[in-house]
Amino acid sequence: MNIVVCVKHVPDAQSDRTFDAADNTTEREAVDGLLSELDEYAVEEALKIKEAAGDDTTVTILTMGPAKAADAVKKSLQMGADAGVHVSDDALAGSDSIATSLVLAKAVEKIGGVDLVLTGMASTDGTMSVVPAMLAERLGLPQVTFASELTLDGSTVTIRRDGDVATEVVRASLPAVVSVTDQINEPRYPSFKGIMAAKKKPVQTFSLADLGVDASEVGLDAAWTKVTQITQRPPRQQGLVVTDDGNGGAVLAQFLTMQKFV
Amino acid sequence: MSTGSDETAAMAAAVREFAQERFAPHAAQWDREKHFPMDALRAAGELGLGGIWLAEDVGGSGLTRGDGVVFFEELARADPALAAYISIHNMVASMIDTGGTPEQRERWVPRLASFEHLGSYCLTEPDAGSDAGALRSTANRTEGGYRLDGVKQFISGAGVSDVYVVMARTGGPGAKGVSAFVVEKDTPGLSFGANEAKMGWNCQPTRQVVLDGVEVGEDARLGAEGDGFRIAMKGLDGGRLNIAACSLGGASWAYEQSVAHLRDREAFGAPLIDAQALRFRLADMRTKLHASRLMLHDAAARVDAGDPSATVHSAMTKRFVTDACFEVANDALQLHGGYGYLSEYGIEKVVRDLRVHQILEGTNEIMSHIVGRAIAGGTA
Ligand SMILES: Cc1cc2nc3c(=O)[nH]c(=O)nc-3n(C[C@H](O)[C@H](O)[C@H](O)COP(=O)(O)OP(=O)(O)OC[C@H]3O[C@@H](n4cnc5c(N)ncnc54)[C@H](O)[C@@H]3O)c2cc1C
Repeated sequence: MNIVVCVKHVPDAQSDRTFDAADNTTEREAVDGLLSELDEYAVEEALKIKEAAGDDTTVTILTMGPAKAADAVKKSLQMGADAGVHVSDDALAGSDSIATSLVLAKAVEKIGGVDLVLTGMASTDGTMSVVPAMLAERLGLPQVTFASELTLDGSTVTIRRDGDVATEVVRASLPAVVSVTDQINEPRYPSFKGIMAAKKKPVQTFSLADLGVDASEVGLDAAWTKVTQITQRPPRQQGLVVTDDGNGGAVLAQFLTMQKFV
Repeated sequence: MSTGSDETAAMAAAVREFAQERFAPHAAQWDREKHFPMDALRAAGELGLGGIWLAEDVGGSGLTRGDGVVFFEELARADPALAAYISIHNMVASMIDTGGTPEQRERWVPRLASFEHLGSYCLTEPDAGSDAGALRSTANRTEGGYRLDGVKQFISGAGVSDVYVVMARTGGPGAKGVSAFVVEKDTPGLSFGANEAKMGWNCQPTRQVVLDGVEVGEDARLGAEGDGFRIAMKGLDGGRLNIAACSLGGASWAYEQSVAHLRDREAFGAPLIDAQALRFRLADMRTKLHASRLMLHDAAARVDAGDPSATVHSAMTKRFVTDACFEVANDALQLHGGYGYLSEYGIEKVVRDLRVHQILEGTNEIMSHIVGRAIAGGTA
């Protein structure tokens, strides 16, 4: 079985995240980045499938991003994935999800013979959650999204999706695209052995030309949406402190009603 | 020498992420409740922290002492006391790995390396601490093995650990009469005292280990008869560096907290960090931490290279680093004012935890004794 896990290298949420002043795109070069934490769940799930299968199942990590994005592939390989594919091209800067899904789809096709494509439920920077669906559409594969549990049985994949009002069990035939939530597992830390072994694992780098994608289809100019303005989040307001002079309960109740909590 | 800068950095980053997520949020509670977190240790085993420089054929990570001190610094930033237990455990496992027969290595090391089993080091006795060569526990020959009797004092991990490396007397007085034995937890005659109430290191138990007619086979002896003291001291060379690295990690964390606190806190109309007296104090702390790190990495390289100077340099380093880092932690407490004294800020815990590093694995006076002896003897 061949599993491809799509991962994204994102700015570290622990440090200040900024936008490029010239074109309002996310600043990626000058900041510390890491493998999007939500994608670690997809990597972990792929590794669990591989370990449970105990056969020659391979897990290939796929990322699109600037040179630094190779770190996201490396971390995934250190966790235990077998191989990496890094799509990198200057023309990709500023690509929207539509272009991203196009490039990822072409890369999945180029990898070839893929049975299962796993993704996180969203990136921790854009948080749009649309790439998995777009990717499935472009590949012409069934999409089962937001899996908080995944089971494979022969050529079908069954997932559990926990919604606000219902829990759904969804089944699809393979090959399929599945996005997983942060409830599905507990991602492992790279072990020392995994880190040493990752040095020897193959990573291929593809350009747009390698994938047969025209530069005019991707990048900031091809984006369907444009960020025209950016506003800083206002500083956090000090919370309301209620001193209980005997009417504390009433003040609290009033506050909750005003905030429409009750 | 470390394994290679890129890989060591990646491994250190993994240890940091692990320790910050799995140790740091719980350290205060473990300290308060005297809870020994087995699940956190098992998880550490999955990374490869149960046998850092142990050979790979028995499940070790096959890394170096140079790597180890980097990891212990990271672990101790999250919890010096738990980091220090991991150091003792690694020392015990490595004594069996390097001093054991192929059968002994196969029998005990893999489960120690994975942290499925925990190890304890049993040298100190109620009446023999610094003068460990005067220990009184005995191992008398029986048919096919030995019978161990005596009491071991201050044993870290005791009562919980599965594997005890016990130094006991098989021969005449002095260090040359001592042999080392591996004793398993469920052996009849082995029992444990109460968990000692103590100043720090609260997340790991410290108990007496009582040996009352404990029968072990000949195959439980590590090395030759009379070799036990040498094996015990060899373990300590690396152990002392790890304990020092634990001091460095705890002190580095406390120092960073202090810088942030002084930036934040205002008095007399300005942030405290603008007070020159306090800046000078921070400068001294920073300098001590840097010097400590350089000494540690240098001494670890000597141990890795099997350099004859390793013992003296380990002793110098253990004394310098554990003293300097205790001062840094204590200064951090002072710079926090009253908040430093509150448990909530975590600084007082680091001070309590680091204090014992000046006492155990050879007191700092004994470190000076080792260095001074080498100087007088013309070998240092
Ligand atoms: C929390 C904790 C955990 C420990 N864990 C372990 C463990 O896992 N395994 C183990 O075997 N031991 C352990 N120990 C024991 C520790 O190693 C000893 O406490 C230490 O070696 C000192 O021995 P002592 O307490 O008997 O002090 P003593 O030897 O009685 O020393 C008292 C004082 O005299 C000084 N002194 C002694 N001799 C000299 C000299 N010749 N010159 C100058 N000064 C001297 C000492 O430095 C010290 O200041 C632990 C101790 C503690 C507190």
